[in-house]
Amino acid sequence: MNTMMGLINLEHEHHYFHELTYFRNGASIPFAGRYRMIDFPLSNMTNSNIKEVAIFTRNKYRSLMDHLGTGEHWELDRRNGGLFILPPDWNDPSDISKGDLQFFHNNRDYFERGKSSYVLISGSQFITNSNYKAAFKLHLERNADITLVSTQVESLKKEHEPYCRIDADEDGWVRDITNDKKNPQVFTGVYIINKDLLMDLVDECIAHHQGDFFTAAIQENQSKLKIQTYQNEGYSAFINSIESFYRHNMNLLKEENYLDLFYKQPFIRTKVSNHPPVTYREKAMVKRSIIADGCVVDGEVNSSVVFRGVTVESGAVIKDSIIMQNCVIEEGVYLENVILDKDVHVTAGQKLIGSKNKPYAVAKRQVVTT
Amino acid sequence: MKECIGMLLAGGEGKRLGALTNNIAKPAVPFGGKYRIIDFTLSNCANSGIDTLGVLTQYSPLELNKHIGNGKPWDMDRQNGGVTILPPYTAKHGGDWYSGTADAIHKNIHFIDQYDPEYVLVISGDHIYQMDYQKLLDHHKQSKADATISVVPVPWEEASRFGILNTTDQSRIYEFDEKPEHPQSNLASMGIYMFTWKKLRSYLMEDAKQGSSSHDFGKDIIPAMLSDNCRMYAYRFEGYWKDVGTVQSYWEANMDLLDEDWSLSLNNKKWRVSTNDSNFPPQYFGTNAVVKHSLVKSGCWVNGTVISSVLFKDVEVDSNSLIQKSILHPGVKVSKNCILERVIVMENIVIPEGTNIRIGKEEEPLVVDQQLITEMFPLVGGEVV
Repeated sequence: MNTMMGLINLEHEHHYFHELTYFRNGASIPFAGRYRMIDFPLSNMTNSNIKEVAIFTRNKYRSLMDHLGTGEHWELDRRNGGLFILPPDWNDPSDISKGDLQFFHNNRDYFERGKSSYVLISGSQFITNSNYKAAFKLHLERNADITLVSTQVESLKKEHEPYCRIDADEDGWVRDITNDKKNPQVFTGVYIINKDLLMDLVDECIAHHQGDFFTAAIQENQSKLKIQTYQNEGYSAFINSIESFYRHNMNLLKEENYLDLFYKQPFIRTKVSNHPPVTYREKAMVKRSIIADGCVVDGEVNSSVVFRGVTVESGAVIKDSIIMQNCVIEEGVYLENVILDKDVHVTAGQKLIGSKNKPYAVAKRQVVTT
Repeated sequence: MKECIGMLLAGGEGKRLGALTNNIAKPAVPFGGKYRIIDFTLSNCANSGIDTLGVLTQYSPLELNKHIGNGKPWDMDRQNGGVTILPPYTAKHGGDWYSGTADAIHKNIHFIDQYDPEYVLVISGDHIYQMDYQKLLDHHKQSKADATISVVPVPWEEASRFGILNTTDQSRIYEFDEKPEHPQSNLASMGIYMFTWKKLRSYLMEDAKQGSSSHDFGKDIIPAMLSDNCRMYAYRFEGYWKDVGTVQSYWEANMDLLDEDWSLSLNNKKWRVSTNDSNFPPQYFGTNAVVKHSLVKSGCWVNGTVISSVLFKDVEVDSNSLIQKSILHPGVKVSKNCILERVIVMENIVIPEGTNIRIGKEEEPLVVDQQLITEMFPLVGGEVV
């Protein structure tokens, strides 16, 4: 049977997360109450029957490794296959590779030992709940070298700018991969490639001193390759800045988006916690919000996303905001258009107001006081 | 060798819980929005540093076995010790069901002996409380006891419903009074026993030979030890403790969680109750939602009003519906325009639109199962069309 192995390549991901990435890389940014960005590609892979996944990560990966652990929450703690977190380990003195090719070169074993003949490669900034079984089927049927997953974007925004655009014929054969900002057919960063071809292209790139695999091996080589495109359907989002992060969290408060992303089986998985159910006290008022386990709420929460273990004391008001894990919001606090990273403590009576386009972000573990 | 290992009795049927235990053992009945009853004792063991535990199962054990699994949620997936499920078995000499609590332990003496423990803690999986068994063990060692029974003071007027222990001023037990008409003390046995293993072992062997014995700790072993003048002490526990043996007390114990005091708290980080967690998304509240004085678990979707209630995972409450003083088990869907008050709705039940079930204060809360819904809505067979 034909199978795929997975690779989440975090090298060359551009982001503008500012405060949110002081202590972590983009892939481990918390999202939607209990998830991290990496949960989406990782779950989509395991939901596509992929049983081994490698992760290329260069910087600030402590939080990422803590989150992923042994991979058990994605059923990747396996005798055969499993999860391979591959931080930098440049041990080859003759190594002349650069960029993500350095990762490919130094981790050839991962690909060579894997029994699969196909590799599904993804980044961490495309958020969706879909499995890639259909894309793989198409890849095999069309006998393609590479299949690029793309999505039709209704309204193009700044967050789409870093992504290539795809120009394909009616059979889905790719005519051109461009940087044309007006083309709404956006490449999601997810693609399937034949493993032998991948290794050949890696060698070729290194031989020519290239530093970015996708650009050098695929985009600039497209005329020599049989490239298909597969259209991803359903709710999706590109997140690479504070602004897009905030907006897409808020978008999930629309019922249909939340249902499409999180209530469609199989579920997106994440690290499971041991938090109790949410405790609502007498003065709680909650509307149009997403609340995760372990919170204790006695105040007002309106149109907000609240992560696990947050305390909202009586008289506090949280509006259009994102409150991450274990924050404490004391009595009488007012928050509007605010992002609080983990463990932030807002003392009684404080007022923080940001704007929709520029939400006020507070970095991890800060105490907001007079 | 282990100093102390635990034996957890979890084979009971819990007849008085009615439909709640139709298909599952009492310790596996869902409790507190996320847990099963047995999680409280399992977590007590884990938090007290007891890492070797035998769980004795008999009645409808499927859910229970699945729930405990390899013991991972309680950090009991150990190479040496950990949790072991002990069902009744057959062997060369034949085999039989467990005929009583003492018989269940007796049939597993070989399990206990392999750890060569000094002390054995015997507990049951159907009580709600948070207790450090290490303190009980310390008390047991200090008083050089053969057996120590944990007791809790109960209101005098209720004392005749419990097994009452009469003690000297030094808390040495001289009499055990099962449901006394005129209680001399208000110290009720919590069904938590710490034994010096050698002593218990000999009494178990002796008891097994008695054909007339009911092989029960309360009825046979404890009285036999008392009449032999063994050193038996009471350990006084202060804090919340409840036997959830009836629908009424099951409902009350759930409601008690809503007004947590620190002796029973799900939010106490120093004494977490652990369980298998699910992978449901965070709960969602719509624009019409009202929620107060309640416990709500992830995966819930609320657009109605929820007051003083406990909602397990994946529960839906549609708009214009009111849930009050009720417990909704996992997967329950409440359609529009319903009123539920003082009811317990069992797993995956769909409450059809317009259902109105209100149980008065004086009555026992009602357990709503599929049969009841089918009777109420014969035309649609309980399914929302």
